[in-house]
Parts: sequence; C-alpha cells; structure tokens
Amino acid sequence: MKLKSIFASTVAAVALSSAAMAADVKVGFVYVGPVGDGGWTYEHEQGRLAVEKHFGDRVETIFQESVPEGADSERVMTQMALQGADLIFTTSFGYMDPTINVAKKFPKVKFEHATGYKRADNVSTYSARFYEGRAVQGHIAGKMTKTNKIGYIGSFPIPEVIRGINSAYVHAKKANPNVEFNIVWAYTWFDPAKEADAAKALIEQGADVILQHTDSTAPQAAAQEAGNVITFGQASDMADYGPMPRVSSIIDNWAPYYIARTQAVLDGTWTSTDTWDGIGPGMVGIGEISSAVPADVKAEAEALRDALASGEYHAFTGPINKQDGSAWLAEGETADDGTLAGMSFYVEGLTGSIPQ
Amino acid sequence: MNLLGIDPVLLIASLMVSATPILLAAIGETVVEKSGVLNLGVEGMMIVGAVVGFITAVNTENPLLGFVTAAIAGALLSTIFATLVLYFKSNQVATGLGLTLVGLGVSALLGKPYEGIKSPTIKAFEIPLLSDIPVLGPMLFSHDLMVYISILIVALVWYTLKYTRVGLVLRAVGENHDAAHALGYKVIRIRFMAIMFGGGCAGLGGAYISLARVPQWTEGMTTGAGWIALAIVVFASWRPLRTLVGAYLFGGITVLQLNLQAAGVAIPVEYLSMSPFLITIAVLVIISARGNQGAPASLGRLFHASS
Repeated sequence: MKLKSIFASTVAAVALSSAAMAADVKVGFVYVGPVGDGGWTYEHEQGRLAVEKHFGDRVETIFQESVPEGADSERVMTQMALQGADLIFTTSFGYMDPTINVAKKFPKVKFEHATGYKRADNVSTYSARFYEGRAVQGHIAGKMTKTNKIGYIGSFPIPEVIRGINSAYVHAKKANPNVEFNIVWAYTWFDPAKEADAAKALIEQGADVILQHTDSTAPQAAAQEAGNVITFGQASDMADYGPMPRVSSIIDNWAPYYIARTQAVLDGTWTSTDTWDGIGPGMVGIGEISSAVPADVKAEAEALRDALASGEYHAFTGPINKQDGSAWLAEGETADDGTLAGMSFYVEGLTGSIPQ
Repeated sequence: MNLLGIDPVLLIASLMVSATPILLAAIGETVVEKSGVLNLGVEGMMIVGAVVGFITAVNTENPLLGFVTAAIAGALLSTIFATLVLYFKSNQVATGLGLTLVGLGVSALLGKPYEGIKSPTIKAFEIPLLSDIPVLGPMLFSHDLMVYISILIVALVWYTLKYTRVGLVLRAVGENHDAAHALGYKVIRIRFMAIMFGGGCAGLGGAYISLARVPQWTEGMTTGAGWIALAIVVFASWRPLRTLVGAYLFGGITVLQLNLQAAGVAIPVEYLSMSPFLITIAVLVIISARGNQGAPASLGRLFHASS
C-alpha cells in the first residue's frame, strides 16, 4: 500500500513537473547504438533533431543511446514514460517485446517501434523498404566484382536482414550469373572492431565487394585499407568514404515520418498504424553513385532505382525459387508484404543456412 | 596450405592484430591488481586513449605520436581514479565504474569533430631477415610495431614481477599492504604508479583499436574490450605470460569464427559466436576448482596507514 502511494505520488509529481513545462508534447527516442555511429542510430538522431527544429518550443525531445536490446530497454522506456513522454520511438528490432510490455503499462503513452511486426492500440510499427535499396546495391555489386565473390556482413538473422541479403543476391545474380555470396553473421548491430574483423575475413576469402547490415563505418575503413574493395554506405550516406571504397549507399530518412507522427499526437489524431515506405515516398534514399562506378553501370542502377520508386518494378519479381529449389514466385508474380515481413528463407543460389 | 578453406598464415596474423588491444589493457590491469587495486575503469581509459590517440595522429599525421599521447591520456585519466581511491579512500568498484562512464562521455565529446575522418595508419614493420622466412615470416614477423611492443611489454612485466626487487615490492604491497607498510614501503606511492601504468597500457590498447585495427574514430568503439581485458586478468590468474595466452585465445576464437563463417564452413554460427565466452567460462571454472586462484590477498581492500 505504502509503496503504491509513493509510486502514485511520484507519478503525480512527474506529471505536474512536465505539465509545468512549456512543451505540449514530449517525445522520447531509444537508440541501440551511440548517436555518433555514423549509420543507423545517427540517422534516427537526425530525425529527432528535425522534430526539434520543426516544432520548436512546442515539442520537447529526450533520448537515450546505446540501450541494449532486452530487459534493459524496458527500464529505459518505463523511465521515459514516467518522465512524461507522450510518444516514444523505439528504434531497433530487439525492442519489440519490451515495447509491447511497457505499452501495456502505459496505455496513454503512444509507442512507435521500428522494424517490428507486433502492434497494439498504442503501439505503431514503422519500417523502410531497405530491400529496394539492396536491389540497387546488388546490381552494382554484381557488375563491379572481379573475383565474383561478394561478402555480406549480417547482424542478426531476422526477416529484415534476410530480405536484404535475398534482394541483393537476386539482383547481383541478374547482373552477373557467376556471382557468389559469402555471409558472415556478426551477432551485433554495433561493434566497430568486430565489424572490421568480419570485413577483413571476407576480403581474405577473396571478396572484393562488401555489403554490410551493421551500423558502424568500420567495414568501410577495413575495405579502404585493403585497397581494391568496394562498399556501400549502410543506413547513412557514409560519404566520407567515397568515392572509394564507398560507391553508393542506402540512406534512411526518418525525419518526415517523425514529424508527421509528432504532429498527429499534437492534433490528437494519432492512431496505431503500420508504415512501410520505400524509395518512392522517400523513406529510403540511394546515395550518390560515385565516380568509381562506370557510367553504364551507374545509368542502369539509376534506372533500377527509378523503376522501384515509381512502383513499376518490384524488387522481388518472379520467377524466384527458394533455396531448396521449391517454387516461391512464378514468372511475373511479386512478393506480398506478409511474406516479406516474415521472410525466413534464402532464395535459390545462396549457400549456407540461416542460423535458427 | 589451407585448412577448411582458411589460410592459417592470414588467420594467425589477424588473430594477433585483434588480440593486441585486449592484451595491452590486460597486462596493464594485471600490474594494477598485483599491487592490490581493482580498477574497473579499463574500458573508460581505453576509449579515451582511442580518441586522444586518433586526434593526435590525425593532426600530426604521426600515428606513433598518437600512441604516445594515448598512453599519457590513459595514465592521466587513471590518476583521477588513483587520487580518489588512494587518498580519499573511495570504494574501488564504484570509482572504477565511474571512471568508465566518465571516459565514455569525455571521448564522445572530444571525438565529435573527428567522425568519418581517416587516420594515418601505421605501416607494417617487417623484421629484417625473420620476415623472409616462409610461412612464419608473414605470420609472425610482418606486423606493425605495436604488436611487438605489446609482447615486449608482457615480457617486461613478467620479468619485472618475477625477478626484480621492484616487482617483489609491488607484489608485497598487493599481498599484504600492512606488512609492506610496516617494512617501510610507500604503499600509496607504489599503487599510484601501478595504476598509472595500467592507465597507460589501457590507453595504448584503445589507440590500437582506433589507429590500427579499425582504423577510424567511432563513438563507443571499444564496445566492451575493457571488460574482456578484466576477465582475461582473472583468466590468467594474475600471471603475465598467461595473459598473453588468454588474450590470443580470445582474439583467436573471435577471428576464427568470423573466418570459418566467411569460408562457408557448416558449423552453426551460434556455437561459434558463443565459443570465446564458453571457453572463458570453462577455464575460469577449472582455475577456481583448483583452489588457489592466485588473486593478490589485498586486492580491492582499503589501505589506512594508521591501522
């Protein structure tokens, strides 16, 4: 009883103190890496800064960086909710269950979980169709590789990452039938030293293209050291590493979404939604294709980008078989969002198995 | 010469590179703990070394100078810890953890303008004659200078602790500070210097990550290397040469599992990823089952000259 009343008065005090402040809405951001990772978290931070700039004094933002996925993130979200946050963006796949758990305890707080698939009345999900960008990367990679070996640094074997591998492979194979993918799972989103080691291991195996699905710029640095290896910026432009090794990039642009969702909370029109936007609406951007790429390859890649943006071409268009040879998509058929969202299989031609 | 599609020469070469940061930090911490002080701030001193070394190397275009300043920065940071713990008798565990947090924050602040900048890298130093030996040459004798320096530091620490008077005094302070004090040894001064040595080594280790292993500056880039170094000290039961084994084992398994994956060897990735930790736990269990763990008797205890 006593504890409960202390708790209640704390909540009241927090509510009072936040009411005393000028901002109408408080928005919290939970980040998986440091804001200076140069990749994934950096772009979310840019989105947060855009919210601050757009709304000025009307909105206050708070954030917590390098929050481990799992139980610790629950504590951070709870703390933000107790601090009076009205809207909380949780920006990594591993925050999915914690977000749902905390959302149950704070029905009045709105939550937005990035890249997940579990929703509730006060939990939206949002993600970007990174696989569209992967298609463009795959095409450039297939055209540019001389050893026909492409190294891929995966983070965790979750649908988002598997989708990226499949999309890149399908398009690399189209551009160059002899292409092979070597996939290394790093089991981390952010560990520069390990990411660099993984890149080096792939380069030693003969890969001359490195694709990464981890958040730091370390693989870029490793590729630069090695010399004739090309890379692609991940989540952020990573333009500092151009024109070689970084020849292009996938850029996540969260700012418009964050501004729109904050506006919805201000207007009282926020509802639980599922957003999944690609190149067309601008959530995924393709970074400048550098001078290291031959003009014809660049033109093809840009045409592919534009076709994906207009919707006239889907990154997963049949015929595509699954790894075991069974048919997945028939000629001309395109993948539906449900299958893509839960993708847990490799397409035909990829070697190795997905860790379970 | 290929095993499972991996070139062992390249594997061992990259193993040595990936083990060097934790080796440097661990050997420094060994000395600190041998003097009876537990400094949990290794991670913080490493990352400050990483950022200071990087900044110096970029501005002077001299990576070796970067290492020197990194060691100085690590040592300077550790004096905060030493002062608090030795003179103000603060709790070593809490102060050490605080030092880690301070280090992470300070490095993020200092490093902001240096994100995405390339550093001058240290060139491989091929030891004359030895590097010409087939297989062994490229494997062991064609590294950058810091790899050799780290091994040299281990050897020096081993020799000093085992065979010199300085080492004997340091160990005496760590085993029983009251007795050492009664004999007239300056317990506080000796510990202060040991802590600074540890800080310097951690700084070097951090700089090795930002100047050689990655090489770039990214916020939070040590990602737990300092904690692994602390574990290796225990793993090595406070013996310098075993620290070398521990660091190479840990670095080796990390690199090996990435290489096995890259080579497409069909071993489940999960097992490979957890193998360094499993082996560490196994060794720790074996060591503690044998009873005498070799921890300095005064480790972590406060010293009052009056008592």
